Amino acid sequence: MSKSNKNLIVFSEIDIEKALKNALQKSRPDIINEVRDSGLKGRGGAGFPTGIKWNLAASAQGDCKFVICNADEGEPGTFKDRVLLTDYAQQLAAGMVLAGYAIGAKEGIIYLRAEYTYLKADLEKTLEDLRAKNILGENICGKQGFNFDIHIHMGSGAYICGEETALIESLEGQRGEPRNRPPFPVTVGYLGCPTSVNNVETFITALHIVEKGAKWFKTHGTEKSTGTKLFSVSGDCENPGVYEFPMGITIEELLNQVGGQDAKAVQVGGASGNCIPRHQFSKTIAYEDVATGGSIIVFGPHRDMLQVAINFMEFFCDESCGQCTPCRIGTETILEGLDMIEDGCCSVKYLRELVSLGETMQLSSKCGLGQSAPNAFLSIVEHFKSELFDDSFRR
Amino acid sequence: MLASEREQLKSEINEMAKKFNHHRSGLIPVLQHVQNVSRHISPEAMQDIALAFDIHPVEVQGVVSFYSFLSTEKKGKFIIRLCRTITCDMAGKDAVARQLENELDIEFGETTEDGMFTLEFTNCLGMCDQGPAMLVNDDIHTKVTPDKVVDIIESYRKRFGANVIQGEHA
Amino acid sequence: MEKNVKNPKIGADRAPASSVAASVEVAKNQDELGAMVAVTIDGNEIKVPFGTTILDAAKKLNIKIPTLCHHEDLKVAGVCRVCVVEVENQRTLQAACAYPITSPMNIKTYSSKVRKARRHNLDLMLKHHVGECYSCFRNNNCELQSLAKEYGVDSYRFGHDTEPHHEVDKSSYSVVRDMNKCIHCRRCVRTCIDLQEVGVLEAVNRGPDLDIATFDDMPLGEVVCINCGQCINRCPVGALRANDPSDEIWEAIDNPEKHVVIQTAPSPRAAIGECFGLPAGTSVTRQLNTAMKRCGFDKVFDTNFTADLTIMEEATELLIRLKKALVDKDANVALPQFTSCSPGWVKYLEHFYPEYTDNLSSCKSPQQMFGALIKTWYAQEAGIDPKNIVSVALMPCSAKKFECNRPEMQDSGYKDVDYGLTSRELAQMIQEAGLDLPNLPHTDFDDPIGEATGAGLIFGATGGVMEAALRTAVEIVTGIKTENVFENLDIIPIRGFEGVKYMEIKVPAAGPVPEILSKALGGAKDFSFLKDAVLKVAVAHGTANAKKVMEDIKAGGKFSECHFIEFMACPGGCLGGGGQPIPTSPEIRKARTQAIYDEEKTLYSRKSHENPTVDRIYGKFLTEGPCGHKSHKLLHTHYVKRGKKIV
Ligand SMILES: Cc1cc2nc3c(=O)[nH]c(=O)nc-3n(C[C@H](O)[C@H](O)[C@H](O)COP(=O)(O)O)c2cc1C
Ligand code: SF4
Ligand code: SF4
Ligand code: SF4
Ligand code: SF4
Ligand code: FES
Ligand code: FES
Repeated sequence: MSKSNKNLIVFSEIDIEKALKNALQKSRPDIINEVRDSGLKGRGGAGFPTGIKWNLAASAQGDCKFVICNADEGEPGTFKDRVLLTDYAQQLAAGMVLAGYAIGAKEGIIYLRAEYTYLKADLEKTLEDLRAKNILGENICGKQGFNFDIHIHMGSGAYICGEETALIESLEGQRGEPRNRPPFPVTVGYLGCPTSVNNVETFITALHIVEKGAKWFKTHGTEKSTGTKLFSVSGDCENPGVYEFPMGITIEELLNQVGGQDAKAVQVGGASGNCIPRHQFSKTIAYEDVATGGSIIVFGPHRDMLQVAINFMEFFCDESCGQCTPCRIGTETILEGLDMIEDGCCSVKYLRELVSLGETMQLSSKCGLGQSAPNAFLSIVEHFKSELFDDSFRR
Repeated sequence: MLASEREQLKSEINEMAKKFNHHRSGLIPVLQHVQNVSRHISPEAMQDIALAFDIHPVEVQGVVSFYSFLSTEKKGKFIIRLCRTITCDMAGKDAVARQLENELDIEFGETTEDGMFTLEFTNCLGMCDQGPAMLVNDDIHTKVTPDKVVDIIESYRKRFGANVIQGEHA
Repeated sequence: MEKNVKNPKIGADRAPASSVAASVEVAKNQDELGAMVAVTIDGNEIKVPFGTTILDAAKKLNIKIPTLCHHEDLKVAGVCRVCVVEVENQRTLQAACAYPITSPMNIKTYSSKVRKARRHNLDLMLKHHVGECYSCFRNNNCELQSLAKEYGVDSYRFGHDTEPHHEVDKSSYSVVRDMNKCIHCRRCVRTCIDLQEVGVLEAVNRGPDLDIATFDDMPLGEVVCINCGQCINRCPVGALRANDPSDEIWEAIDNPEKHVVIQTAPSPRAAIGECFGLPAGTSVTRQLNTAMKRCGFDKVFDTNFTADLTIMEEATELLIRLKKALVDKDANVALPQFTSCSPGWVKYLEHFYPEYTDNLSSCKSPQQMFGALIKTWYAQEAGIDPKNIVSVALMPCSAKKFECNRPEMQDSGYKDVDYGLTSRELAQMIQEAGLDLPNLPHTDFDDPIGEATGAGLIFGATGGVMEAALRTAVEIVTGIKTENVFENLDIIPIRGFEGVKYMEIKVPAAGPVPEILSKALGGAKDFSFLKDAVLKVAVAHGTANAKKVMEDIKAGGKFSECHFIEFMACPGGCLGGGGQPIPTSPEIRKARTQAIYDEEKTLYSRKSHENPTVDRIYGKFLTEGPCGHKSHKLLHTHYVKRGKKIV
């Protein structure tokens, strides 16, 4: 956590053994209800209510079930999971145990991105320690018949494997190409078994919720976006880092806290998110307003928004899995268009065609990557169109 | 690759595949191992892996070519992956990139003649608050500046031998 | 990890990405689930079983939703995104081919959003589609072209590549790959990996760099491709095509020195009409003969004759093997005997089960038997120098092109068959000649090899070879008329599209060994060694099914106890061959089969051994009878243990 963020609400110290022992006293539906009542929504970006997801996985038929921790954090501008994996690994494991108990899984998998290989040894050690403490293994914390263990699976360098069905494909030894949904992983997941895929932060938050109660969680945040959330703040601000803020914070407030007051725009939600211009800084960060998995990238007054758009689009070209038409060719086409703007040879008419293409990508791509790839481009065109055609911004 | 090396690698592949019951879920761990020990996955290795999992070689290739940490081309002993995504870009990755090219006398995508370093761009490394960031094999370097580049490279040259990935034999 | 692997069977779940994620299983038995879901599509209401895709539901209402990556024979991919529709209350459009209906919903299939998205996705595909329709073999029969027309593509909104970015791969005798026209629908991948389980093609790289490739980008002619051409039949565009010899054939026809003969396999006649607008299942045998004559072929022969001959040879070979096993107690006899008339299957076995080449019947396929006879027997009878004969084979099959180029296939002293010509390619020649096939007068096949039996004809359908073989073998072995064993001569259990069919026949009586076979059977007087034996036979079509049978044999399962197994590389048998008219679907293949079985009922005989020409050839030319010395030289062959290793 950033040093400037001292009063941690959710992400405080917790005795995981005690917390788990308490939790394992409760029935599975009680745990799921607690999480559902808290209103916790998935912290990985899509914002699906965690309690409902667990409930679906719990009630799905299947002799084997899996809990998967999505630690493929690859969204540009997101690094809170790295901090959690470093400093909160025990809590993460405990959160996964809790989820395993809730849905009836015996096995958990941490899908760790290849770029975080340097975290692997410590994570392994944490898991080993927890096995020694009987927080992992058989009859966990004395709960007879409840067995659960976690192993780590390394990614191999593909942002798309953060998408949960691509992640599962990858675990199964396939190209990381997203599946058609439905069926969703909660019914047909890893090896065809019901699987709950959750973000690192989601597991930890759920652990605290079950320990401290849904009510406590709901005292923070807004009605529709309960609790607090971690934000990875980077870019043109004085104090980049990871912050915990209540949901519903305005962009302006957030910028004040991180020293980004003179920003001309903020990219909320990473490359797949939207670019919010200064005149909209009163917007709040919440599922009902500007949603995010926690990435905040601050753009100072001198930034060339065309370069920003190009950088984002390059990212998607690079990371698209390439299976569906709108994303495979659409990303590349928009990038070419942006290059044309840079070269001063793009008509506004063609730019409009590209905007329309962007809308098609949002509507018809197979997965979240292609559906959100044009977001940054579209919002930058919307808010900074005049700048795009203004040479004085070129570096 | 020498025939004996292929045999050695093949027996490692088979041993690992066996641990996974020859189920395809073991494919990527095996590929990662082969990438680690021989710094690439050769057509021969892909063929052997395909046999071990009873899948088609071209399927193995489909997987290898999908992931950026797996490669069919031989990489250097040290792979330098510089983040080119937005915040690192804003923090000055271009200057770092230029200096990396200058120090190593290669361009991005290439490997030095002595087979020591490969230079690549990568996407966000999750160190955006401390950019520019880069990975050298599994080590992360943050707030890299053009003048730090040479020292980082030198430190690897010196550590050569100690830092080379364990089990390497090709 | 290991302990939780659900299906530890080797090679299980091999389906590639995106296809495993097929939609929810459609309820087969509606009562069982009791779930019918009401949906509204474009204002029309319909109830469909739980799990039905939007595409199938729309079909029931006769609402057409365009598709490109979808194919009835293949697993769902959901990648082209031209089938997208609007589902009320959903943020994004949904792929109709992949979206299972599990709750009531309101669907719009042509709203402005939908139309715009489809058009854009077509525009994007056309951007990298290097091809000009007028120089493309799929002109007028191309799914991309039709959609471009339907969606009013009048300009290339996002540009259009004109420079090829791939070299055309012409290395294979059978399949030409022009990846410049590929739209990455992956039907070929799903065909080759899932449907055929050969595994030559796969998607490689990702994002805009995505390609469809062979292993290590090797030429198709050097990998384990079995030339079945099933990928060609399922490619929506002109990226895959067969290696077309029609220019060379026209040249031979135009050359007065050359005597150009064409033999015609049973399946093309039941399908080629489709290229002329006839509904699937319209047989045009005799019009086709006229067309070939008018095109300039000097003689038109019926391959069914050598199909009959194949039955004689192959049945004899089987009896020899059975006698060796049962009477001589020879433990080295390879049983079950496998049919060898499908060159795709033969190459499949050579690659994937090379240890079983001895089980393959040594009989050449009917095409190659005919080839060897044309340049020997026919040349002799007609008094033509075989070096001036150009022998063309009209086939439903792309693998036949490879087969006729196998170095073994020169037993006449010349290349036995010069060109394998597919139904599609002949259709093209007929059109080029300006002939209106459906309305041509009827012509019979040419002598001296004119007549063939119904047994030869049904070779075109899966189970046909087995049925033909049984009709002959049963009669020879038992001395009882086959029609007294099988009603109407129809052997129903081995007909139909079930992937693997199995049948047992108890031999009710032992007849005398006919004169013609006595030498081959070492002078045995009668078939008492087979009396009361239970003959076990099986039929598999499509190499994925062949693989099932082979794995079972390897594991010592029920098929290892079979005596005779028919294998065809293509789903449905030859009538679904890789050289047949495009498109293909289960219904189309069914209609073609029906046409074949209907036509066979009209023939003078339905048993190969009753073919008078067969009698004649054993009397005058192959005088040592089936499996005799001359037969062996001309009509039998050997195989190559290829293995599946490429590097
Ligand atoms: C392209 C793409 C990348 C994603 N990357 C991540 C990721 O790195 N980490 C993550 O937790 N979720 C990621 N997600 C969201 C996951 O699909 C999934 O919704 C999430 O892991 C569910 O966990 P949650 O419910 O706890 O948020 C990504 C989604 C898409 C479409
Ligand atoms: S939207 Fe992009 S990443 Fe998602 S399936 Fe389509 S091509 Fe792959
Ligand atoms: S593949 Fe279809 S669209 Fe392309 S050139 Fe051929 S006919 Fe035209
Ligand atoms: S011809 Fe058959 S084996 Fe060859 S690539 Fe096509 S489908 Fe695969
Ligand atoms: S070759 Fe044809 S079938 Fe294969 S992906 Fe390309 S367009 Fe589709
Ligand atoms: S942008 Fe470089 S580490 Fe995130
Ligand atoms: S036909 Fe449905 S996505 Fe291609």
